[in-house]
Amino acid sequence: MVTEIEREVDRSHMQVSDEVAIQITGMNKWYGAFHVLKDINLTVNRGERIVVCGPSGSGKSTLIRCINRLEVHQEGSIVVDGTELSSDLKNIDKIRSEVGMCFQHFNLFPHLTILENCTLAPIWVRGIPKKEAEETAMHFLEKVKIPEQADKYPGQLSGGQQQRVAIARSLCMKPRIMLFDEPTSALDPEMISEVLDTMIELAEEGMTMIVVTHEMGFARKVANRVIFMDAGQIVEENEPEQFFTNPQSERTQLFLSQILGH
Amino acid sequence: MTTQSYVRTEMLGEKPPPSSQVGIVKWARENLFSSVPNIIMSILSIWAIYYILSGILPWIFQSSWNATSLHGCRDSIAATYGEGTEGACWSVIRERWQQLLFGFYPKELYWRPVAALILLFVAISPILFTAVPRKVMLFSMVYPFLGFWLLWGGSIWLPLSAIAGFAIGYAALIMLPKIIGNLGATIAAGLLPIIYWLFVSGPVISGLNGIAPIGIEGVDSDEMGGFMLSIIIGVSGIALSLPIGILLALGRQSPLFIVKTICVSFIEFIRGVPLITLLFVASVLLNYFLPPGTSFDLILRVIIMVTFFAAAYMAEVIRGGLAALPKGQYEAADALGLDYWKATRLIIMPQALKISIPNIVSNFIGLFKDTTLVSIIGLLDPMGLARAIPADQNWNGIVWEIYAFIAVLFWIFTFGMSRYSMYLERKLATGH
Ligand SMILES: Nc1ncnc2c1ncn2[C@@H]1O[C@H](COP(=O)(O)OP(=O)(O)OP(=O)(O)O)[C@@H](O)[C@H]1O
Ligand SMILES: [Mg+2]
Repeated sequence: MVTEIEREVDRSHMQVSDEVAIQITGMNKWYGAFHVLKDINLTVNRGERIVVCGPSGSGKSTLIRCINRLEVHQEGSIVVDGTELSSDLKNIDKIRSEVGMCFQHFNLFPHLTILENCTLAPIWVRGIPKKEAEETAMHFLEKVKIPEQADKYPGQLSGGQQQRVAIARSLCMKPRIMLFDEPTSALDPEMISEVLDTMIELAEEGMTMIVVTHEMGFARKVANRVIFMDAGQIVEENEPEQFFTNPQSERTQLFLSQILGH
Repeated sequence: MTTQSYVRTEMLGEKPPPSSQVGIVKWARENLFSSVPNIIMSILSIWAIYYILSGILPWIFQSSWNATSLHGCRDSIAATYGEGTEGACWSVIRERWQQLLFGFYPKELYWRPVAALILLFVAISPILFTAVPRKVMLFSMVYPFLGFWLLWGGSIWLPLSAIAGFAIGYAALIMLPKIIGNLGATIAAGLLPIIYWLFVSGPVISGLNGIAPIGIEGVDSDEMGGFMLSIIIGVSGIALSLPIGILLALGRQSPLFIVKTICVSFIEFIRGVPLITLLFVASVLLNYFLPPGTSFDLILRVIIMVTFFAAAYMAEVIRGGLAALPKGQYEAADALGLDYWKATRLIIMPQALKISIPNIVSNFIGLFKDTTLVSIIGLLDPMGLARAIPADQNWNGIVWEIYAFIAVLFWIFTFGMSRYSMYLERKLATGH
C-alpha cells in the first residue's frame, strides 16, 4: 500500500485559489434505512488536492460518487462549480461533463479502441468534430505515455495502462475537477507507481482533485489536505504532515497504525 | 559467494514458431486413433455414418427425373435399376419447383421476386459487413418500400407516399426542436406521419394516380406462396423484431412504472401463448377488432403476429445481454456526461447485443423455420404446398421428395445465418 514515490514534486503550479470548486453542506445519505453518510461538510477550493482515506465501508466511495451524482443524496446540498446538484437532468449532465472520474476497475469500454474510448464523450457530449477530438485524445495519450496503444482494445492492455487510459479518457473532456476512487488498488505493485506518476503530473498542473486512496506516499507528497472518514462521518481533516505525524483522534491513530504496518 | 552464478550476455532473437506437421495419416492418428476409447468411438462413428449413407444415397441417386406422375417414376426406376428398387421421384420437383418457390405468382412476373431477393442482399450488405460503403445504407432505408412494390406491384405512389410519411416525421425531428422543444418535436414526429397516412395520403395517392398513373401490374396476396412467402414473412419478422425487442428490453428495465408494466405484460403475454394461437387470431379474430370495412391483408396480419412473437423472445434474450454487462459500464458512461439514449446506443447496446449474438441468431433461425406454421391457417407456404401437391392425382402418395427439397431450401438459409453469426462473433472479439 505504501509505494515510495521517487520523483520530486514540482509545487510551483500547485497554488490553491480562493475560488470554491465544490461545496458540500450538511449532506446526509441513506441506503434504505442504512445511514451511510452523516452530516458531511466539505469545501474544496480550485486547485486543491484532497486525499480521502478510511476503513473499508466507511463511505468514501459513496461520498465522491455523490459529487457527480452517481449516487443521490437525500439531505443537504452539493454545489459543484456554482451549480447545485438537483434532480434537474440538465444540471446533472452539465456537472458530469465538467467532473472527470476514474474508477477502481477502470471501466473502459471494451468494445471500443483506446482512441475511440477517449474521443467518444468529446464527440457525443461536447459536439467536437471527430478529427479535433482525435488530436486531443492523442495529446492526452502521449501525456499518460501510451500513444502507441491507441488502436488496441482495452482487453489487450495491462492494468496500469488501462488505468492511464481511463485518466486520459476523463481528461479529454477537459474537466475542471477530477475524482479518483481507489485508482491503484486493483493494480499489481509494479504498476501502481506508473499510475501515481500520472496523477502527480496532473496535480502539478493545478488540477482540482479528490482522491480516495490508501497510498500514503502519494498523500504526503501531493495532498493539501487529508480527510479521514469512519462510519459515514468525517472524523479528521488535516494537512498531510500533521495528519501522519500527529493524528488527533484515536480512530485515526488506529487506522494509521494498521495501514502503515507495525 | 557462489561460482555458479549465470548472467546472460546476449539476448535471444525471435524465432518463427515450429511449423505444424501435416499429412493425413498423422492427422488421423492424432484426431481419430490416439487412444483405445478414441479408436472404439471412431470405428463406431464411421460404421454409423456408413449405415445411414448406404440407406439414403441409393435412394437419392437411383431416381427418376423425367416422369409426369408417381407411377411413371416407379416404372422408370424399375426399368433402369431393376425391379424392387426404391428410388426418389425427383420428377415432382422438376415439375413443381416454380410453385414451391413462388406459389401462384404469375409466371411472367417471376423476375420481380427474384429482383427483390437480389436487392435484399444488397440492402442488408452494409448492415452485415462493415467493408461495404456506408452510402449503401441509404438504399437499405428505401428497400422495404421498393421490395414491397416489386412484390405486390401496383401504383408507385403508394410506396412513395409511405416514404413521404417517414420523411415528414424525420423533418419534424430535425426542425421542430428549436421551435417547440425536444419533447414536443418527438411527439410531433410520431403523430404527424400517422395523421398524414390516415387522412392525407389516400386523397394524395388517388390524385397523383389521376394525373400520372405510373405503376406495375399488381399481384394479390392469395397468389403469393412457396418459399418466397417464407422469406417475406421471415425477413420482415427478423427486421422488425430486433428493434422492437430492444425497445421492450429497455422498457422492461425502465424506472417509469407505466412503461415497465406495459413491456412486462406484453412480453409475458406473448411468451405465454403458442405462436399457432396468435396466427389463428391473425387469420380469424383480428378482423373483429378492426373497424368495420377495413380489410387488412392476411400476410400483413401474419407478419405482425410473427413479429410480436419473435420480439417478445428477442426482448428476453437482450435482457440477458444487458444483465451480463457490469454496472461499471453504466457508471462510466454516466460519469462522462452521456445522456440515457446516447449511453444506451453507444455503450450499452453494442455490448449487450454482442453478448447476445448466438441467442439472437438462434431466435432468427427459429423464427424463420416457424414461418412454416402459416400453412395451418391456409397460406400456401412450402409446407402448405407439400400437402397440396399430393392432392393432385398424378402425385398422389408422394411425400419424402417434397419435404427433402423444402428441408434443403431452409437449411441453406439457416446455415448461412449460423455461419454469419460465427463470423460476426469472431470479428467483434476484442480480446481479454
Ligand atoms: N448500493 C448500495 N446499497 C446498500 N448499501 C450500500 C450500497 N453501496 C454501498 N453500500 C454500503 O454503504 C457503506 C459505504 O460503502 P462505500 O462503498 O462508500 O465504502 P468505502 O468507504 O468506499 O469502502 P471500500 O474501501 O471498501 O471501497 C458500506 O457499508 C456498504 O455496504
Ligand atoms: Mg470504495
